[in-house]
Amino acid sequence: MTKGGVGRQVRVSLPLAPFLALVGIFLLIPTVIVIVSAVYQGGQFSLDRVAALAKPTALRALWNSVVLSGVTAVVGSVLGAVLAYLIVSSPPASLLRRTVISLCSVLAQFGGVALAFAFLATVGSAGVFTVWAKANLGFDLGSSTWLYSLKGLILVYTYFQIPLMVIVFLPALEGLREQWREAAVSLGASTWDYWREVAIPLLRPAFLGSMLLLFANAFAAYATAAALVSQGSPIIPLLIRAALTSEVVLGQAGFAFALALETVVVVAVVMIAYTMLVRRTARWLQ
Amino acid sequence: MLRIAAFSLFALFFLFPLYAMGDFSTRAPGTGARTLDAWKNLVADDVLFGGIVISVALAACTVAAMLLVLVPTMIWVRLRAPWARGLVEFLCLLPLTIPALVIVVGLRDVYLWVTYFLGESTLTLTFVYTVLVLPYAYRALDAALSAIDLNTLSEAARSLGAGWAKTILQVIVPNIWSGIISAAFIAIAVVIGEYTIASLSGFENLQVVIVQIGKTDGATSVAASLAVLLFGVALLLLLSLFTRDRKLGVEAEDPALLTPAPTVAANRGADA
Repeated sequence: MTKGGVGRQVRVSLPLAPFLALVGIFLLIPTVIVIVSAVYQGGQFSLDRVAALAKPTALRALWNSVVLSGVTAVVGSVLGAVLAYLIVSSPPASLLRRTVISLCSVLAQFGGVALAFAFLATVGSAGVFTVWAKANLGFDLGSSTWLYSLKGLILVYTYFQIPLMVIVFLPALEGLREQWREAAVSLGASTWDYWREVAIPLLRPAFLGSMLLLFANAFAAYATAAALVSQGSPIIPLLIRAALTSEVVLGQAGFAFALALETVVVVAVVMIAYTMLVRRTARWLQ
Repeated sequence: MLRIAAFSLFALFFLFPLYAMGDFSTRAPGTGARTLDAWKNLVADDVLFGGIVISVALAACTVAAMLLVLVPTMIWVRLRAPWARGLVEFLCLLPLTIPALVIVVGLRDVYLWVTYFLGESTLTLTFVYTVLVLPYAYRALDAALSAIDLNTLSEAARSLGAGWAKTILQVIVPNIWSGIISAAFIAIAVVIGEYTIASLSGFENLQVVIVQIGKTDGATSVAASLAVLLFGVALLLLLSLFTRDRKLGVEAEDPALLTPAPTVAANRGADA
């Protein structure tokens, strides 16, 4: 290649520099730091930090995180699919539908801290539902601290998992063509046959894929749990908080790196499975 | 009938907590009277108002930085460096797979340098927030760019003597307004609601302040939380109505734009 050719290549690549620098410094380097710091200590390869993941505290947090993510992924995807079906059967450009979708995206992705306060205001010790139930139904919700336990987290997480399912599953439902149903019916199928033989097999990969996405989403969610649970670390994200904020005191320096590595591995594995499932849907969704 | 019943149950589950927030934040403690004190605190409480101001400033900086970096890059990749298109798309969607919680753990060493060069301003969060909004911004801009004939537009402008800056600002940008607006609105929603990175790297944005205040004054935090949620819904609803009225070829109300999933939108971008 001539000298002019090299110069041209540099000129063509140069405008990409700001973007690559931004992503490199603030996304790739932090990720590499997490992975490397989890297995390197003082310049030497060491599995001490990763081995700390097998301690009872970390194992219990992992188990709780898996239960929390698993339960809310299953409940969220089933109820979310039902809600998505209800939305799809409404007129496409109606204000109601737009409002529901906007509300779903806010609750699913931008809620965070606000959702914790929503549930404190509803079923917290002085919450509106708690007060009402005490006065009218005669049972007391507020005396227990269940909202701050795994049960409470499951309830609050379901509140953002269902809307997330609506958003990710809606495109697949909208991809079902009316003609397919007509074709099935004209060949003598009942509505039930159509769902059982055509729609459900077509939607299954998208449904299972969305469930995996919900699992990953709950596993790595931090803000809602952190705002709700101020003491103790029942799940992995809160254990990361504890390790980050008190690592000097407890002498567990670097434990956060191992926990973050664990999180990224779980999320990456789930997302790869998700990608493989969604590829199958994408074939007919286009 | 069954449909209406099911829809009502969902509405009850999702709207009751929002109603409860409204009720809770206007209740005077002890008595049953109504008060707007908690809502007045949005402006009257110096710490909370400071949080609002800093988060709004962060949102503005993030939108500016995102547009400044992403728009020229995406145009350039389509026109002059098609070999890098796959790479740019992959990097833009990567934050969906690497959770903010993981980024923040590795971010401490990076921010030691950032604060060394730029000082300890909360506004330095702009950098990492720009990365967080990349997936959403990328999809919105990609859809808008796919809807226009970028090559013809830029060649026409260039052959008439316009430089690159003029071509992008005066010819291309006006044609992808809907994508820019979508990207900006979604970025604002992300930044206003961000808590993970700010709190774990020791900065005070709106959400961090809301959590702090919540330890002593629940009503004010509930009021601020409800305000944030309503603001987000209003923002996205406005966006959905705006893009319908403009009819610029991009369906920003398309839920796929808001999907936190890497491949669905990636496939759509490829065949658009």
